[in-house]
Amino acid sequence: MGKQALDGLKVLDFTWVIAGPLVTKCLADYGAKVIRVETIARPCFTRSSAPFKNGNGPDNSAYFAYYNPNKYSISLNLKSPAGLNVARKLADWADIVVTNYVPGVMKRLGLDYETVKITNPDVIMLNTSGFGETGPMAPMPTSGNVLVALTGFNSFSGWPGRDCVQPYGPVNDFVTPYFCLAAIMAALRYRGKTGEGQFIDISQLEAGIQFLEPGMLDYTANGRLPASVGNTSPYAAPHGVYPCLDNRWCSIAIFSEAEWVSFCTATGIPALVSNTKFDTLENRKRNEEELDDLVGQWTKKRTPESIMSLLQAAGVQAGVVESAKDVCEDPQLKARNHFWLMQHPAIGDCLHLGEAAILSETPAQPRMPAPCLGEHTELIATDILSLSEDELIALLTHQGS
Amino acid sequence: MRTLLDGIRVLDLTDENGFLCGRMLAELGADVIKVERPGGDASRSIGPFYQDIPDPEKSLTWFAYNLNKRGITLDIKTRDGRKLFKQLVKRSDIVVESYPVGHMEEMGLDYFELKKVNKSIIMAAITPFGQTGPYNKFTGSDIIAQAMSGYLYICGDPDRPPLRVSLPQSPLFAGGEAAVAALIALYHRDIAGEGQYIDVSAQQSMVKNTVNANSLWFTYGMILERSGAYRVGLGSGTRARQTWPCEDGLVNFVIFGGAPGAVMNKKLAEWLKEEGLSTKQREEMDWDNFDVTKFTQEEWEQLEAPVAEFFARYTKQELFREALKRHMPICPVLNPADVVDFFQLKARNFWIDVEHPELGCVIKYPASCMKFTAMPVFKFRRAPLIGEHNPEVFQGELGLSLEEINTLKLDKII
Repeated sequence: MGKQALDGLKVLDFTWVIAGPLVTKCLADYGAKVIRVETIARPCFTRSSAPFKNGNGPDNSAYFAYYNPNKYSISLNLKSPAGLNVARKLADWADIVVTNYVPGVMKRLGLDYETVKITNPDVIMLNTSGFGETGPMAPMPTSGNVLVALTGFNSFSGWPGRDCVQPYGPVNDFVTPYFCLAAIMAALRYRGKTGEGQFIDISQLEAGIQFLEPGMLDYTANGRLPASVGNTSPYAAPHGVYPCLDNRWCSIAIFSEAEWVSFCTATGIPALVSNTKFDTLENRKRNEEELDDLVGQWTKKRTPESIMSLLQAAGVQAGVVESAKDVCEDPQLKARNHFWLMQHPAIGDCLHLGEAAILSETPAQPRMPAPCLGEHTELIATDILSLSEDELIALLTHQGS
Repeated sequence: MRTLLDGIRVLDLTDENGFLCGRMLAELGADVIKVERPGGDASRSIGPFYQDIPDPEKSLTWFAYNLNKRGITLDIKTRDGRKLFKQLVKRSDIVVESYPVGHMEEMGLDYFELKKVNKSIIMAAITPFGQTGPYNKFTGSDIIAQAMSGYLYICGDPDRPPLRVSLPQSPLFAGGEAAVAALIALYHRDIAGEGQYIDVSAQQSMVKNTVNANSLWFTYGMILERSGAYRVGLGSGTRARQTWPCEDGLVNFVIFGGAPGAVMNKKLAEWLKEEGLSTKQREEMDWDNFDVTKFTQEEWEQLEAPVAEFFARYTKQELFREALKRHMPICPVLNPADVVDFFQLKARNFWIDVEHPELGCVIKYPASCMKFTAMPVFKFRRAPLIGEHNPEVFQGELGLSLEEINTLKLDKII
């Protein structure tokens, strides 16, 4: 096993669902020791979500496994003094504590930054909640899907003459980890220089807005609200998703005149070649509906793979609109080892998500599959915390299941 | 004032496919120098534009993602330009670029060349598909990378083609990946003394966004389809509504199962009772053990019908206000005007005025979403003008004379 950038870094993970677990996943993938605190009474949302394999208990969710490789799991009942005591000891052990609760939860447990700091003065703590630590919405429960609507994503996604469409999934859960991770790594550097830890507050609503910033400025500077433009772009035509054989799709984007010429040559569509209606971007935008229709007539007799190969060979942007099956079989993703197949004790062959960046000297590595709930309770209690036998028994008998 | 990345210097060679990386590092206090070609980068021609006037100094996309950077012009394709660039590399920690695969090497500025002048340099490269693999030379932009990540496939209405968010998203995901990876590499460098090369693929950066779609395929052989206003991926092939029409628009509300959903489901049941919309099915539900993986489509539709009727009675704001009182996440679908006006964001001073003296105005920007107890919020500086910091960088730091600078200008090297 090669070098790991974050080897030796100790992370205590109180996160759940997606945003928080993705933050600690990345730290674990680069070598940090991440201990995820879980509780039998209330397992992570993803542990009770499909798909399941070999049963539908908390250890059988391939959804949970996908997002949680390389982590250790300790099962604690935070309502019992024994469990809480262990959580506090782990907070003293940690360099970094990551949570994604509504503000106030850690304070009720006596595990908030101000308290932890007393015994672990240079700890770095981060909480990412829907709305942040302050403001009237701070204590409100929320979910990623609701945040997408509040962030404004829906208003940038729609067909002319129809209701806007919410983009798939809890988008903010995928945007937020970048800011959390950058903040943690920057705080670590600061700690290295000054010896000081700190508390970091990241609102998932505010994180999401960063990904719509030009649209927000178009409103604050120009007073303009987004129009429903389908898949079109002001700078490219054709630009969109086109039907292919077997109810599949390909995407094509043509920005420059050179690309347009290559596209006409490669496809040889007679109605396009040397037609003045389409000879400039301006004309293609003016007659875009007709253009899209002609392109669609050509694409629908072909497979998306053949279109991608033909056009990419001509230097034209084209890609398969990949289904989950296509993604799992994608030769590019395979070549770059994007998915980690590991043997999971409860699931067997199990798909785990890799990392999207490849570091030449300290790449992310699949070291172990996602943990079963509480899989490492004893290991952590004895190896890291050196609990006495009595303390360990108290911990294991007060799991609150 | 001390910032978290005090003393870190970043040379930013990216275009719109990688802007966010430097933007994030600058927000953390690094000195990020955007290096543009003489006359200004092509990416300045991307709209929308301030007051709709197409002008390289008025691109709002450029403004948004080059905030807090400094800017110089330098033609790194020329021999003299390369030499100056290498002098800057010597004094830098991170170089980030988004040129097509092989382009840095053609210019003689690939990682191995840069390492010769600064052995611990960290270099991050952002491309649509990455530096290696069978598609590494493929060309692409946002819609292509999104398509090939599997994300586009599940976005949009079922009766229309897959639909993307009209503002490019994959470059931002890729930029975020690069920023995080660069900081991880920096941590390693501070301990081990060695730099490294970071290869980021935009396609890969969005694969995570498909939630459990890939696990569903791998485990059940099930392909998730796009479903518009509905949430899918529950495991049983069912769909559950998440955006609902109300009297004057749309609201978002998700019915979750299990323990996480129980509290909200009970509150909603109570509210529906008050509205006279309770049903036998609802009265008999055991919310603590509500298992969405076993719920049939018919049961969903029965469950949703009274909710739809209830929401249609009220406006977005009426529903939102009352839901807040009851601590429930029933939220309006907002547009940018609503978002700018959102009381939660105002309470956190999220919208900040950034001065644009050349335009004679201030523009409201979103503040940083990273709030630190050890770093005070600093005043944002608008994106650099073309070559704005040439004097302070070339003269002040590299020690070039005024005469040499004038020659470089005449030769169109800066």
